[in-house]
Amino acid sequence: MKKRLSLGQKSTLLSLALFGVILLIWQLATLPDAQVVAADVDPEYAALMGGGTTTTASSFPTPAAMGQTVWEKLSDPFYDNGPNDKGIGIQIAHSLVRVLGGFLLAAAVAIPVGFLIGNSRVFYAALNPYVQVLKPISPLAWMPLALYTIKDAEASSIFVIFICSLWPMLINTALGVANVRRDWLDVSRTLEVNPLRKAFRVILPAAAPTILTGMRISMGIAWLVIVAAEMLVGSSGIGYFVWNEWNNLSLTNVLFAILMIGVVGMALDSIFGVLGKRVAYQE
Amino acid sequence: MSGFDNPFDPDTQLHRAGCSCGRHHSQADHDADMKNEDARVSRVVESAVMRGLFPDDQMRRNFLRAVGAGTAMAAISTLFPMGAAKALAADRGKLEKTDLKIGFVPITCATPIIMAGPMGFYEREGLNVSLQKTAGWAVVRDKVQNKEYDASHLLSPMPLAMSLGLGSAKQAVDVATIQNINGQAITLHIKHKDKMNPKDWKGMKFGLPFDYSIHNLLLRYFLAEHGLDPDKDVELRNMPPPDMVANLRAGNIDGFLGPEPFNQRAVYEGFAFVHTLSRDLWDGHPCCAFGVKEGFYKEFPNTYAALFRAIASATDYAHKPENRKEIIEAIAPANYLNQPIPVLEQVMTGRFADGLGKVRNVPDRVDFDPFPWQSMAVWILTQLKRWNYIKGDINYQAVAEEVFRATDARKRMAEIGLTAPKSSYMKHTIMGKVFDPAKPAEYLNSFAIKRT
Repeated sequence: MKKRLSLGQKSTLLSLALFGVILLIWQLATLPDAQVVAADVDPEYAALMGGGTTTTASSFPTPAAMGQTVWEKLSDPFYDNGPNDKGIGIQIAHSLVRVLGGFLLAAAVAIPVGFLIGNSRVFYAALNPYVQVLKPISPLAWMPLALYTIKDAEASSIFVIFICSLWPMLINTALGVANVRRDWLDVSRTLEVNPLRKAFRVILPAAAPTILTGMRISMGIAWLVIVAAEMLVGSSGIGYFVWNEWNNLSLTNVLFAILMIGVVGMALDSIFGVLGKRVAYQE
Repeated sequence: MSGFDNPFDPDTQLHRAGCSCGRHHSQADHDADMKNEDARVSRVVESAVMRGLFPDDQMRRNFLRAVGAGTAMAAISTLFPMGAAKALAADRGKLEKTDLKIGFVPITCATPIIMAGPMGFYEREGLNVSLQKTAGWAVVRDKVQNKEYDASHLLSPMPLAMSLGLGSAKQAVDVATIQNINGQAITLHIKHKDKMNPKDWKGMKFGLPFDYSIHNLLLRYFLAEHGLDPDKDVELRNMPPPDMVANLRAGNIDGFLGPEPFNQRAVYEGFAFVHTLSRDLWDGHPCCAFGVKEGFYKEFPNTYAALFRAIASATDYAHKPENRKEIIEAIAPANYLNQPIPVLEQVMTGRFADGLGKVRNVPDRVDFDPFPWQSMAVWILTQLKRWNYIKGDINYQAVAEEVFRATDARKRMAEIGLTAPKSSYMKHTIMGKVFDPAKPAEYLNSFAIKRT
């Protein structure tokens, strides 16, 4: 009797098949052109042009070349050959430190302020226009202003992370706080719970899932933005790595960096996914 | 052996440790007597000279006993320029700041700044330099203004523009030395190989690194000399060098006047050719400079002196063709230029494939010369004025002399044995036309195409 595959097995198989198809298309697309070397070309000229046989660094890599690069970079992720040449692990760590710095600052501002405007209709109405105007601004648009006023590239990139992580957390916190069930607030009022205790024991747990969703969105945006910010002004980090390899027109290394950005982004997102599950509750 | 001992005292033992003059209980007491910095430096130099002349200490002491210290000093002074040696040593006082951050943009123009790191030029001067690769000229400008960088690689028009407040906040920046001369090129897409005459370039799009770059000024000059108005007949776009190569491949631009190694890189990738080397426009034109924010040399005079010596010696070293091979090895790694060696070799040796099937041999395709000619600054200012970057009147010489520290460079170069020109002004010939720095206004008026 034929064994039926479970849903998980089916999807895994499909994923692997898709990966195989992508690799195949990639391989076919990057097959080297047959090099026609004309007989009358000066051999020295041909040598100076790279011999006409080797593919140059900027051509699109084959899956094999890509695999080799991934292996090389990942097998030595923490080397340090000076300020402009560090291993991928160190670069990612630099980016993560910046992201965490900006993110935590944003959380420190957004959550208390979100509590305030979620609790008070007056504050909400007063601050809402500012939030609405500031929210859609691309965080990178702040970069020149930040550089001009803060006068420090490192602090400016942290500021850019701060400003982009702020809004989703602020809005979600306000939303979460405003939507706490009235019954619970009424119960706490009946029991004459003091305001601080009410905030920490009633409102915070009730709003936590919404707040965490906001944090998850913020972290996603922060990770997107840090890459661009580091490409602009960075002296380290994964964005700087992309720029540095682009400067060498090395697509293999740029692709590798893109892959790493994806993997780290996924890891960050899943951390918040797990945290979100822990604070979730059934009504 | 201490440098504080009087080598003209026959009782001093130069080749032995401890207080040797006998007048002090300990070396510390002895040193306390020699607080005077000048005296100390003199003693250090004299001791060094005497040690050099008399490798055997006994011989020196016998000599001094026989002729007396005064006679010996006079006799040696006639042979050896003791005064000059003392002056030189006095300049090498204590460094006010040893940890420096220096910015560079990864192009061969920055060769002296970069190589001075791995090849030990900074270290020799007691400097601990962190070389910071930077993503673009605007970022370099901001980081110099923010004092994030103590000194930096700059395009030679940038310090003039920054000092005048063009395109940024007004912030005086000093040019300590020029880095490279020549070493740029006009590169076109291979599809334009039949358009060798620039008169046919109407409607084309060109990439340039920055508004305040010699590239912009030279390309505008070149186009205008061929009857094209750079603001109306062609499109000029600012972009970083790797984008020039990528955009040229994609056909978004038709050519660029860019820094090396990106011209050769485009040729190496097989879709471009070198149309004109910048040395054929103006042989010996300045390209990049080494600059510090105004006040740096006043605040840190000894550090500035050490930095100048390191950069000027490195520039001189890079000037010599026989050293180029070694330099390429030093600057090619990922920490610095991050470029393939075959491309750098073609740039630095001047024996290169032109992209049209010929091997060309131009040894001075790239060259290095530290002296910051003020006449070059005047030329740059006339062109900035010509294309309306500078609005209003300007005293060309005054600005040039304020920003390009030629007098200071001459003095410092002489101290380390480099020959510097006697004058800070000279006539330059650009595309066959002579520029007289004494008559900038007349020069500017002589152009048919201009924005003034």
